[in-house]
Amino acid sequence: MNARDDILGRVRAALGRTERSREAARADVKTAFNAPAAGPRPLFDADLAARFRCEAERMSSTIDEVAALADVPAAVARYLDARALGRRGVVWPSLAGLDWAAAGLAMEARAAGDADLVGVTGCFCAIAETGTLMTCSGPRTPAATSLLPETHVAVVPMSRIVPAMEEAWALARSEIGELPRAVNFISGPSRTGDIEMTIVLGAHGPYRVHLVLVRGE
Amino acid sequence: MRSQAMFFKARAGDKLADRQLQANLGKAKSRFVEGRAQAVADYDAAPGADFEALRDAASAIRDRVLGNLDVWLETFEDKARARGAEVLYARDGAEICRLVVDIARRHGVTKAAKSKSMLSEEAGLNEALAAAGIEPVETDLGEYILQINDNEPPSHIIAPVFHKSKEEVAELFARTHHTPKKDDIAGMAREAREVLREHFMSAEMGISGANFLIAETGSVALVTNEGNGRMVTTLPKVHVVVTGIEKLVPTLEDFSTLMRLLPRSATGQRISNYVSVLTGVKGEDDLDGPEHLYVILVDNGRASLVGTEFEPMLRCIRCGACMNHCPVYQSVGGHAYGWVYPGPMGSVLTPLYTGIENALDLPHASTLCNQCGVVCPVKIPLPELLRKLREKQVELKLRPWRERLALRLWGWVASRPALYGFAARTAVRYLNRLAGGTDRIRALRAAPEWTAGRDLAAPEGRTFRELYAERVRHEGRTTR
Repeated sequence: MNARDDILGRVRAALGRTERSREAARADVKTAFNAPAAGPRPLFDADLAARFRCEAERMSSTIDEVAALADVPAAVARYLDARALGRRGVVWPSLAGLDWAAAGLAMEARAAGDADLVGVTGCFCAIAETGTLMTCSGPRTPAATSLLPETHVAVVPMSRIVPAMEEAWALARSEIGELPRAVNFISGPSRTGDIEMTIVLGAHGPYRVHLVLVRGE
Repeated sequence: MRSQAMFFKARAGDKLADRQLQANLGKAKSRFVEGRAQAVADYDAAPGADFEALRDAASAIRDRVLGNLDVWLETFEDKARARGAEVLYARDGAEICRLVVDIARRHGVTKAAKSKSMLSEEAGLNEALAAAGIEPVETDLGEYILQINDNEPPSHIIAPVFHKSKEEVAELFARTHHTPKKDDIAGMAREAREVLREHFMSAEMGISGANFLIAETGSVALVTNEGNGRMVTTLPKVHVVVTGIEKLVPTLEDFSTLMRLLPRSATGQRISNYVSVLTGVKGEDDLDGPEHLYVILVDNGRASLVGTEFEPMLRCIRCGACMNHCPVYQSVGGHAYGWVYPGPMGSVLTPLYTGIENALDLPHASTLCNQCGVVCPVKIPLPELLRKLREKQVELKLRPWRERLALRLWGWVASRPALYGFAARTAVRYLNRLAGGTDRIRALRAAPEWTAGRDLAAPEGRTFRELYAERVRHEGRTTR
């Protein structure tokens, strides 16, 4: 007997599976999918942006705020200059339309490689409860841009801040239908506490995550 | 991994005498225990929040799947296949190894980058890959340190090297990487990052576990802080997931509920740095992501727990809270337990997965104080399961004849009140004499194990029955 039939067979036997109970189980699956029930969760005040900022900073992200999307390149240049992080990097193709050159930045819209030191991404949405970015992989939003470079800068439109993961899933269901290959929830720079429980930032991914919040369009 | 669980007692003694280990255990205890307590208190401080309600909900989610595990597995398979994943099953460690080696050969893999997978420890996957000429590279910093230290086993499921000092790691790195010895932890982490980055970029295959499988979408969820989980599932052209059949949750909403519990219970974090929900393979125009995705669903003992009194153990989400809070684990660390999973969850799983007769000490390596049960995010009644395993040992006549004889003798005496009273009186007087006027007995020759690591408190001279009888006399009441 192949492994699948063997394992499923033993599970069925243990559950005392009958044709009728199988129908009931299928009905339970259908119920779960048709009306996904949210679990208990905390309420918090309506100021999502304030909560997002506070939680993101707790996870060691740094935060800037600009009025409009067009102001982002200058804000990114300011951040990189202040920390002497250079003026080159890779950017999501979806953000290639911003005038990076005008801010003195050499941003290439392509997949990130090992040698790229700065990666600029947007986000699908952001989660106030935990100060988290949600990114969805795709041809114009590759996953590695937020992972390989030592510095990750993310553009976060304030209109895209949602209360919690549940609202993020609802947004994904309504806007993109099925999930992309990779949904990544990112909360600050990568870290490890493996040696003597001492937290070190920049384990394998970015050493620093900088968020540029955008008030308008 | 071959189980050494039969040698718990001997190993525990060694570990108690290991001063470095004891110092690290103390540090870990305060970090994990206080971290979780703070995280729970913070959670409960929000209006409408109730951590207990969260635990109830999580345990119901896990039970919902376990109650119809076959149908949920079929559902997951359908959804995952529809997105281009190949779903495979493995009965045991040997089948895991065979499947992974086959996949590696099919795709011409010479190097596999691994993010932490406890199941690959169960299977001894690294040895199998190496034997097939495929280089396995552990990329979780802790697991990497263990791998370069001659494949030392982990001592904690989420902090694998917390028994080691930074000096030990520094020496190991200098020796392995041929670099000057570092003295700062950040420098060591950077060195490992650079070494492992090379491996991430060159490995043709990534191997990971799964924190959860999501039936609704056929997705694999991975939770890490270091980002190595993202690396091995983004860069190599082949991604192999090795995970247990019990890891399913129904929906993305259920996953969200469990994600409020897992980081808080494990490290005291509100969220882990990276939470990835991975569905299917790279799209045609995608710039990154694996071209091939295999999900290996493993039994290795799990199916035999379904529908039994031990089924609640399958709710486990591998957070480590039970071991962090266990006074026995805090004293002896993870290695003493002798197999993949230490602490209370390990003391239940090791006998169930490797044979009750192969881990006789483990169900007894607990005071049944229920610290583990109180902190378990999915409310597994760990002390109750340990007690059931003890009962099984007795039923199967696996206890030593001396213990069985002693218990039978005790039962015979205890069911004869007059005799019992006499025996208790005699024993109490005897112990009192041994203490020689102090309140401690330093060495008990009849049972030296009891006093090897501590003193025995001496009884005060009279038995409970004597004291009770006296009190009844004074108060003029009758006793039945």
